[in-house]
Amino acid sequence: MALMKVKFDLKKRVKLAQMLWLLYWFSVMSGVLVFSMGLFFKIELRKRSELMDNNESHFVPNVLIGVGVLACCLNAFGGKICYDSLDSTKFAKWKAIMKPFLVACLIFNFLLIVTAVLCFAMRIPLEFTLAEGLKNGMKYYKDTDTPGRCYMKRTLDLMQMEFRCCGNNNYKDWFEIQWVSNRYLDFGAKEVKDRISSNVDGKYLMDGVPFSCCNPSSPRPCIQQQITNNTAHYSYDHYTEDLNIWKRGCRDALVSYYGGMMNTIGILVLLVTILQIGVMIGLQYINTSLSTLVNPEDPESESEGWILEKTVKETFTDIMAKMKAMGKGNQVDEGTNEEAPAAS
Amino acid sequence: IRSYYAAKAIIQESKNTSPKLLMRAFCPSLATNRDKLAQVLWVLNWVSVITGITLFSLGLFLKVEIEKRREVMSKEIDSVPNMLISVGLTACAINFLGGIICNDCVDTSKFLRWKLLMLPYIICTFFFTFCILLGALMCYIMRSDLEESLFWGLREAMLYYKDTDMPGRCYIKRTMDMLQMQFQCCGNGGYRDWFHIQRLRSNVEGKYLIDGVPFSCCGLYSPRPCIQHHITNNSAHYNYDYQTEELNLNLRGCRQALLEYYTQIMHSIGLIVLVIWLFEVSVLIGVRYLQTAMENVLRQGDPDCESDGWLLENSIADTARYNFNIIKNLGKCYQVDDDPNIDVPSTSQQTQENVPIKQIPVAR
Repeated sequence: MALMKVKFDLKKRVKLAQMLWLLYWFSVMSGVLVFSMGLFFKIELRKRSELMDNNESHFVPNVLIGVGVLACCLNAFGGKICYDSLDSTKFAKWKAIMKPFLVACLIFNFLLIVTAVLCFAMRIPLEFTLAEGLKNGMKYYKDTDTPGRCYMKRTLDLMQMEFRCCGNNNYKDWFEIQWVSNRYLDFGAKEVKDRISSNVDGKYLMDGVPFSCCNPSSPRPCIQQQITNNTAHYSYDHYTEDLNIWKRGCRDALVSYYGGMMNTIGILVLLVTILQIGVMIGLQYINTSLSTLVNPEDPESESEGWILEKTVKETFTDIMAKMKAMGKGNQVDEGTNEEAPAAS
Repeated sequence: IRSYYAAKAIIQESKNTSPKLLMRAFCPSLATNRDKLAQVLWVLNWVSVITGITLFSLGLFLKVEIEKRREVMSKEIDSVPNMLISVGLTACAINFLGGIICNDCVDTSKFLRWKLLMLPYIICTFFFTFCILLGALMCYIMRSDLEESLFWGLREAMLYYKDTDMPGRCYIKRTMDMLQMQFQCCGNGGYRDWFHIQRLRSNVEGKYLIDGVPFSCCGLYSPRPCIQHHITNNSAHYNYDYQTEELNLNLRGCRQALLEYYTQIMHSIGLIVLVIWLFEVSVLIGVRYLQTAMENVLRQGDPDCESDGWLLENSIADTARYNFNIIKNLGKCYQVDDDPNIDVPSTSQQTQENVPIKQIPVAR
């Protein structure tokens, strides 16, 4: 009792083959799409690798790129098979490899599902990498004269302006680090000496943020210095003022940016998986319909097509039995080999 | 006298044969050549429809870019984008019609219905190509207009920078800040423009800040935290000399930055429009050859035989004189003297005597 048996005549077979050929070319394009999305994701990660402490994992984009290339190849091959299936002489040469090809397609579909799950799950390690990277980035903000770190200030400023965020968790992170280089501090001034002596590490800490934290939508000119001191500014209350500087933390902003990107890519990969499953089922129908011709010599005869020759449970038990037989076969071979030297 | 007449005959003969056909270089010598030309032109006309769409989209893009920064421009610069949009749409329509005509030229019977329309179509397209050229030239001369508009627009925007509580002007601060951050510029001609503005009014705290700039003027490449207040006061900041400090603030003026940006866009668009113009002219020449070839086929009566194609039947001077005469005679009313059929009684005796002699028919 086959699974989803369908009767085919010549016209139906031809129509199926043509439609499937078209779908295969569509799938090739979707493979190219997956490849380009993997590439885009890789480039986006590279662009901000400084903020991720240069140790971000490129595993997911590499998998996407590989899967995209594989999808293109498999689908192009499948398209060629479909094109040849219209002519029985040409199809004969593909008959032998149809079954392995379909099994390969099945494994590839599992791989696609795994890739989609990876896309959704990558958010968590990314969050940790970003938290660490941003903390270090802010520490090196003032080191514009240290080779290897001299561009950190610019990177952070650009990022804060582009993503409309300030600091790691929020703007108060800037109060805890010294972001003004010592070369621009007058160590003879009383104010500077007071600040440095007021904390254990001897750092020049202040309640101010860099200019890139400023919000252009604020109705008043940006207050970057003495943010928590209400008396330093006219008509200002830092508890209620929420347009002055960006309130959001950069880790949140970056995680939601990359998370959104990965969600989109994951959904697209799932759609591509559905398409792939569809073409695989179609190819199985073509395969079975062409191998069960009532009259093998006459191409116009009727035939039947199915997805599985037996029901799902029977197919599964068959596969298990085959695997057990393969395993036993090896044991028996070893047994006879042992007996033979023993006998001789 | 004999040699004189002989010479005159030779001159007459040479006049008949020499520049009668201008640019007869390409002659569709076989019927299939004509068909091939018609098919090639059909494809080229469809490509021209796409270039027309390109023109339209270029005009639209320019319009959107100008609208984005409308707030810092004192007057609307809409002549160039509107010109490009209308030229693009017209090009689509003209080339669509041209494609249909060329498709029908393969069949002589179908060509008959277009016969009367083709010459006006070619003349219209010829004048239309001048419009395309004008569009390209306008792209290059728009600069001075734009500079003036930006100068007054930026000045006004900086004046209203503080008016974040007045309706209609409350977003100028944000627009100005975003502009200065995006283009890495400061003020109209330079950061000193901000000093003049702040001298006129007091800020929120009731103090007169003379040499301060908004935060958006801060340079990204500066190694030190941004100095935006007391810029010209060296003693207010440690280790600071405002005359040698180049990276602290953006030194470029926003007018110059925007001008460069728009000039770059318009030069690219102008170049593309020139290329499209050349393409359109070549398609027009092809259609003209096809039209004359088809008309000669009809004149000869046999569709399979050879026919010549040309650009102009006579030289440019003769064609111009001929057309000028037509236009001149259009203006004149019908005059009796010109009609040979009317018997005009003349005053001279001699002509009266001559008339009966002339009217004797020569019987054969």
